[in-house]
Amino acid sequence: MPPTPPPASRSHRRGSVERAQGRIGLAFVTPYALFLLAFGLLPTLYAIYLAFTKKGAFVGFANFLKVFKDYRFLPAVEHVGIFLVVWLVALVLLVVVLAIMVHSIGMRWLSGTMRFVYYIPGALAGASSVMLWLFVLDPTVSPVAFLLEAMGFDSLVSVVQADRLPFVLAIIAFWTGAGGWIVVMYGALNNIPREVLEAARVDGAGPIRTAWSIQIPLMRKWIAYMVVLSFAGGTQLFVEPRVLAQASRGVVSQDYSLNQLAFLYAFKQSDFNGSAAISLVLLAVALVLSIVFVFKGGLFERA
Amino acid sequence: MSAHENSGPARALTPAEWLGRAVTILVLITFALFFVVPLIWLLIAPTKTDRQLLLEMPFAFGDFSTLAANWTSLVTFQGGLIWQWIGNSAFYCGAALVITLLISIPAGYAMALTEFPGRRALLATTLVVMLVPGTALVLPIFLELSAVRLIGNPLAAILPFSFFPFGVYLTYIYFSTAVSRDLLDAARIDGATEFEVFLKIAMPLATPVIALVGFFNFTGNWNNYFLPYVTLPGKKAPIQVGLAELLSNVPAFNPTNAASTTISLSALALATLIAIAPVMIVFLFCQRFLVSGMTAGGTKE
Repeated sequence: MPPTPPPASRSHRRGSVERAQGRIGLAFVTPYALFLLAFGLLPTLYAIYLAFTKKGAFVGFANFLKVFKDYRFLPAVEHVGIFLVVWLVALVLLVVVLAIMVHSIGMRWLSGTMRFVYYIPGALAGASSVMLWLFVLDPTVSPVAFLLEAMGFDSLVSVVQADRLPFVLAIIAFWTGAGGWIVVMYGALNNIPREVLEAARVDGAGPIRTAWSIQIPLMRKWIAYMVVLSFAGGTQLFVEPRVLAQASRGVVSQDYSLNQLAFLYAFKQSDFNGSAAISLVLLAVALVLSIVFVFKGGLFERA
Repeated sequence: MSAHENSGPARALTPAEWLGRAVTILVLITFALFFVVPLIWLLIAPTKTDRQLLLEMPFAFGDFSTLAANWTSLVTFQGGLIWQWIGNSAFYCGAALVITLLISIPAGYAMALTEFPGRRALLATTLVVMLVPGTALVLPIFLELSAVRLIGNPLAAILPFSFFPFGVYLTYIYFSTAVSRDLLDAARIDGATEFEVFLKIAMPLATPVIALVGFFNFTGNWNNYFLPYVTLPGKKAPIQVGLAELLSNVPAFNPTNAASTTISLSALALATLIAIAPVMIVFLFCQRFLVSGMTAGGTKE
């Protein structure tokens, strides 16, 4: 390459730099794109194939109709639905209120400590958080046995009765996940300019009025983000009811949630087609939510 | 705004404000207890016998010899099975961590700072897949892996664990905000090749995002239960699946269980503590750092 390129070859050089960038760009994303194919696209396509076939022959919606008619399907939808309502309402209300409250305390060390303490349980997920809650919910060993006894429970089995289970599952999910969201909302609140809040105070708005008319509207995108992710995650309910089923002497059933039912189809009935049909319904819900949110949610507008 | 209306923080609180502040702090402390009490209990429980767990004050410390006894009964359970589970977890998550970083960091860099055909489509797909919960793909991935006969092979955990679109997105955000194109162009004018630009200019600046992607990937995989539960049965299971396995050997939760070796409640609490320890330690040390990463998920300032 000449040490001082004349102007004519400069534009030529520019073009070659762009080509070199294009080459390295493609080389750098290829491994990732292959993983995206292998563990994103292909499983989805294969599940679609399985869901619409039986022993390799196209059967239309027969697999879907079979699982929809399964006596365990509607109860599972109902369980997941009730859990979602309880959990999302509690999550939105408490996370928003707690974030605004934490944000309102003037003492920095206290607000920092609070966020830290709320966030710690986020380290636990999967089986370990449910395991811990087995102890907490068992009145014979629970650290809060006095509360459980005051509510009239004398055993784990009585705590996890069917009508209370959505609340129990929501409490476990809230315990592990809420802290992270409080931290996110706190960040969103910090982005509101101080002058805006000051102006509201000068105009005579109290803390509740300020929260309702200024802070919450400005947190809207983040609240939507939380609801979308939590809704999609909540439909996938699996490990919590599974571990509870194992520990509750059958009070919590093995087919409580939709994912458990899909699991039973694959592992107990060796019916991969039925399993794929249920998985596909759940995946479709998550995909639609995700696509709508990415393109309409306003959080990724510059992407 | 007139100076007179600007009442500083030293202003005395009205009774209503005082009450509001008291209620706020009371609510916050109540929730702090809700979040932290189960964890404190978990730290204390392994120092007690089952009898002490049932009869004594929940937060009374037992003694170290009981802790040692619980430890012994746990690590000798089925010839040290718990170490095998922990080792499996470390192997799967460690290997996935390396692959994830090797794949995600260059991919995020390329999407942020280079132009190539299909860049926007890949970015949009990454966003969509990132918001789909991982569990939604577990059974489809299981079906796929069983079609290619990989079930029971360590790759059945390592490969899906290494697919981490959120990491690619974090890297993309980081490079498109924290590293300027001008800096890279300057290196190009000095004659650096594209690969040298990445390795010598971009990578040294990328340490924070590498740590962040690594942390989220590792902890997410360590805590993953559903995927390894279906793809890696038996002795190949990681610790999260192993914990649930232990549970079925605890007579207190399964009175009809006829297993010859059993696990006590306090040993199960100890196992839970061991299972969460690696993630918990990283969490406690990196809290400030993590918080900045969580909020980076969607903002581009």
